[in-house]
Amino acid sequence: MAYLAQIIALIRKELRAILKDPSSRALLFAPALMQALLFGYGATYDLTHAPYAVLDQSRSEASTEITARLDGTGVFTRIATLDNTSQIAPQIDSGVALLVLQFQPDFADRLAGGATAPVQVILDGRNSSTAGLASAYVSSIVAGYNADQGTATPLTIVSRAWFNPNFESRWNLMPALIASLSMLQTLMLAALSVAREREQGTFDQLLVTPLTPTQILIGKALPSIIVGLLQSTIIFLIIRYWFQIPMSGQVWLMYLGLVTFTTAAVGLGLSISAVALTMQQAMLYTFILIMPLMLLSGLLTPVRNMPKVLQWATHANPLRFGIDLVRRVYIEGARFSDIAFDFVPMLVIAALTLPLAAWLFRHRLG
Amino acid sequence: MTSGGFPARLAALTRKEVRQMLRDRSNLIVGLALPLVLILLFGYGLSFDVTDARIAVVLEDSSPITLNAVAGLAGTDYLSPIWLQSMPEAEAMIRKGEADAILRVPAEFTAELAQGRGRLQLILNGVDSSTAQAIQGYATGAITNALQHLADRSDTRFAASGVTVVARTWFNEASSSTWFLVPGLIALVMTLIGAFLTSLLIAREWERGTLESLFVTPVRPLELVLSKLAPYLIIGAIDLVMCLLAARYLFEVPMRGSLWLVVLASLLYLLVSLALGLWISGTTRNQFAASQMALLLSFMPAMMLSGFVFDLRNVPLVIQIISQALPATHFMAVIKTLFLAGDYWPTILRGLAILTLYAALLIWATHRTLAKRLD
Amino acid sequence: MTGITITAKDLRKTFGTPGKDEAVALDGLSLTIREGELTALVGPDGAGKTTLMRLFAGLLKPQAGSLSVLGIDVLAHPQAVQDRISYMPQRFGLYEDLSVQENLDLYADLHGVPMEQRRERFARMLQMTDLARFTDRPAGKLSGGMKQKLGLACTLVRSPDLLLLDEPSVGVDPLSRRDLWAIVQQLVEDEGLSVIVSTAYLDEAERCAKVFVMDRGRLLAEGAPEALASRARGLTLTAASPPGLPARVLQARLMDARDLVIDAVPEAGNVRFIRQPGGDEAAMQALLGDIPVTPREAELEDAFMMMLHQQEGEAQAGAVIEPAPVALSAQDDKPVIVVRDLVRKFGDFTAVASTSFDVARGEIFGLLGPNGAGKTTTFRMLCGLLPATSGHLEVAGRDLRTARAAARGRIGYVAQKFALYGNLTVRENLEFFGGAYGLGGKALRTRIAETAAQFDLDLSAPSGSLPTGYKQRLAMATGLLHQPEILFLDEPTSGIDPLARRAFWRTITGLAGTGVTIVITTHFMEEAEYCDRIAIQDQGEMLVIGTPQAVRDEAGGGARTMNDAFIAIVEQHRARRDSGQVAA
Repeated sequence: MAYLAQIIALIRKELRAILKDPSSRALLFAPALMQALLFGYGATYDLTHAPYAVLDQSRSEASTEITARLDGTGVFTRIATLDNTSQIAPQIDSGVALLVLQFQPDFADRLAGGATAPVQVILDGRNSSTAGLASAYVSSIVAGYNADQGTATPLTIVSRAWFNPNFESRWNLMPALIASLSMLQTLMLAALSVAREREQGTFDQLLVTPLTPTQILIGKALPSIIVGLLQSTIIFLIIRYWFQIPMSGQVWLMYLGLVTFTTAAVGLGLSISAVALTMQQAMLYTFILIMPLMLLSGLLTPVRNMPKVLQWATHANPLRFGIDLVRRVYIEGARFSDIAFDFVPMLVIAALTLPLAAWLFRHRLG
Repeated sequence: MTSGGFPARLAALTRKEVRQMLRDRSNLIVGLALPLVLILLFGYGLSFDVTDARIAVVLEDSSPITLNAVAGLAGTDYLSPIWLQSMPEAEAMIRKGEADAILRVPAEFTAELAQGRGRLQLILNGVDSSTAQAIQGYATGAITNALQHLADRSDTRFAASGVTVVARTWFNEASSSTWFLVPGLIALVMTLIGAFLTSLLIAREWERGTLESLFVTPVRPLELVLSKLAPYLIIGAIDLVMCLLAARYLFEVPMRGSLWLVVLASLLYLLVSLALGLWISGTTRNQFAASQMALLLSFMPAMMLSGFVFDLRNVPLVIQIISQALPATHFMAVIKTLFLAGDYWPTILRGLAILTLYAALLIWATHRTLAKRLD
Repeated sequence: MTGITITAKDLRKTFGTPGKDEAVALDGLSLTIREGELTALVGPDGAGKTTLMRLFAGLLKPQAGSLSVLGIDVLAHPQAVQDRISYMPQRFGLYEDLSVQENLDLYADLHGVPMEQRRERFARMLQMTDLARFTDRPAGKLSGGMKQKLGLACTLVRSPDLLLLDEPSVGVDPLSRRDLWAIVQQLVEDEGLSVIVSTAYLDEAERCAKVFVMDRGRLLAEGAPEALASRARGLTLTAASPPGLPARVLQARLMDARDLVIDAVPEAGNVRFIRQPGGDEAAMQALLGDIPVTPREAELEDAFMMMLHQQEGEAQAGAVIEPAPVALSAQDDKPVIVVRDLVRKFGDFTAVASTSFDVARGEIFGLLGPNGAGKTTTFRMLCGLLPATSGHLEVAGRDLRTARAAARGRIGYVAQKFALYGNLTVRENLEFFGGAYGLGGKALRTRIAETAAQFDLDLSAPSGSLPTGYKQRLAMATGLLHQPEILFLDEPTSGIDPLARRAFWRTITGLAGTGVTIVITTHFMEEAEYCDRIAIQDQGEMLVIGTPQAVRDEAGGGARTMNDAFIAIVEQHRARRDSGQVAA
């Protein structure tokens, strides 16, 4: 009982220290809120009103119809109608247009003759993923046109996307933010928690009390975990109710995953904290760590596209599994048995880092 | 009574900063080793190019024509088919994350194809929408091609006519995401190194009380700012060389613009980043807050909102306005253009002008934070 | 012939927002400081000394008033003043990763000292500060005293028209302090330098030509030290402590008789005290009994204490800590701290060499030594914060480092610098540490109320913004919350004014009276007089251990004060060791 009371005293102190003044409270929650909103709108692979230009040298019914279809999708917006080929380059070079659609003079004749009539699409490849996407859209619009013209289509491939029927990239990115945005600050908070006390001399004061390393560990870890989960919750609520991305899975399972993930992140942070002698070192290590954790987590590009060695190395990255777990529970409605493996690396990281941090509290010498 | 004045003091301060930088090993690790590690790690690690996507092929019909049609799937690097017999099995694989897509060949496929209305069903895991769309493209292409081959050889039943799309991707003919990510990474690394290295510099002097001693000397605030920028500009320049070498020889990204322009633009942006870090440092006067701000103000927006991966043509107006306010956005546009498109002057001049403006503004603002006052 | 260096008129400086958390640092202060003199600013914490120094240096702007430094309006042209003065802040900003020479070079460059002049100047500075051997050493690796001397050297790389020193000797041991002052005095004599120094040490102020006494942003008095000291003339006495009655017990008895005695301090086994003017003679007789009392010369400190007590009379009457009555504690025979052959090495550097001592229950045990002598290392090993390389160590029957957590519940610890959570309130700090020591519920609330009352603490105040003296009280309160058997105090009085120090020691002697064992380190040698026994360490070795009287005897004749005794013992040891090295 006394054991618990001591831990509670420490937790209460930590939370008070973190949440005491309004500015530090704001620093903990405002960035999560802001970033969730900003990135929710800003981080998208989807084409909306993608600017394009047309050079229609055929001036035929078919070319007009195809251009009209492009305009009608909402995916593309025509920003220029060109007169000659020399106007193409500036459109693309300046990045004003994502693509230029070119109908050559013989377009209508070839079509009428029953041959294949090519539409030239010139794409700005500086962003290869947008270019690829735009090309695919144009193809499907043209395929639609062909079908409606009664052109022979011996084969139809009927596509259906599960979980995200409209291919909205936001559905993919935003659940990943639940884990990654909160990790940024949780890691920093945990990493600084001991380093700050060391630097300010209060850690000695803590070590001379009867608190055991385990108690200090729990007292230090829990507040960071709580803050991390609060941030995750804020982001979750924004995603769920502001961006209205439907939740397919069980909330409890997602939180179970988040608790595990946050614990692993805090374990990493506390280990940094226990190793670092000064706040500056702690921040530095955190910074060095955060970069690869974020970029090699599947947040921006899929883990599967990495070279095998790197894929294997990401097993040490709790964020990879945190993101995977949240994404699949949230969007796919995955059940525990589907994602059970995600827990393993996170639990292993927590089981290694937390005891290490506790040991280092007393054995790291100045 | 004083001799030397401005140049002598600036030299003395710069010497001091260089010494401090060299003494602190962590600075050199972050300044020199980290960028190299980052560019390598991300150059190899970040990719949108789908390879070996697992597609479960459910063959309810296994006639020779069907087998011929789906055999195309195995022939590409993009897809790696898993042959199955039953739909529930395939669905379970998607749920468990063991497959990314299902291609279902219905039992009546051969018969329907013979009548000119063959239907295949493609089910995609849409969570990762870009991958899903890429798989859709690859799978459709592979099957259509296979059928086209059949038609070419004998059977005109499958011949297609009508409008075809001939796409030409400029600047990145191979559609390699490495080409567009690596120039962006240079921008990211410059942001990170610049802002983080300097974000602690002034705050540390406030916290250690060294500024109070410096203030009561003939030192002028501008000398302090310049002396702190100079050594890190050199570190950043070394990083830049490493990044450019890696881009050229490891990732084989073409450089279609002029090298001198790439260097000029990068150094200018580096100066902006360093000054931003310094300004944050001088404003917060606190190492903890400074590093948090540096992370939130420089690195995160540069990663998410500068056009590094997300195309700014697709975002709502508000976000466009915000992203236009970021120096990283302008540098990103310049560096990608220089690497992939060439010396396209309108973009470059605009970018350079904005970056120069930012550099001047931030240096001026930092100089203000060092007004020799304690209250 | 002497001109005026500084003219200040009606200076008013406040911090914070008016009407909300406004704190007045200077309250309409006017003064004139003359050129070519050594001038001291003295006053208790919060008197506004540092604020005034920073105003002189052009680093702050007052809300009202005018200030002219070296004939320049510093408010309008701070840079013009900064080009001509040198200023050493309380914590001098040395670049710790730069070497001694590089720090000197930097400041010489910044001040534009010509090369030819520089060589001569550096040689002189390095010789005066005794840092010549360490020019390649990073400043961060110097001891506290050496850092302070280097700070002074950096400030003096050129001959300024005015030198400002803000509490240059806080946390500096007596030897370094003596060296610092020697440098300053030499400069005043040789170069006619104008120096303004703020200090908490009145013996330092006594060496100055002119002293300004400040309190709460106002000027209380000004004048030559002798003139100020004369205010206490006729009231200063020494009571000889009879055998069997420790001086600190007698001192406490005198201190407690506030109607009769203004101030009392133990010194050399006796007690120096100041009578209340017009105090009741009969009562005085009753208080002293047959203890012999002799008049003594009034010193600046006496006058200072008088002035402050008069001030305090109105403002701070309630702030005096109510201590337990001091009695001789029953010291049982079994020691509570046993140290045998304790050694601590860092790499191949021996911080503490084979050290042995015991401390008995209820004893006040003082650990003294120059900066870097190994005191802090010894101290940290005792508290269980640092493992010993070898040797035997027992505190309350256990080695705290390996003992179960509960054993640590029997000690209290007050760290060298304020080491509590600054952004928490006093109550929150007490609640946390109480909780950590296993107190809870009603017991905790009662203890918090008791200690808050005992130390006169405002529970709702944010602890980070408490004045220094109150921070120190809070640290004490925290260390005592769980009623420990042994209390460890690491330089608890560093940077604290004399008034607060008296109150602090009154509490300590009271605690010892109730059987609490006290282990304390300090740089104020006169405070050693409160201890039952003291140990002096230097360069890791234990030089002497015994009662204050025994230590003075050891130092030989001529050592009137503990300060002299300390310097003598350390220097004798160093001389012996150096000659030993030469012989070997």
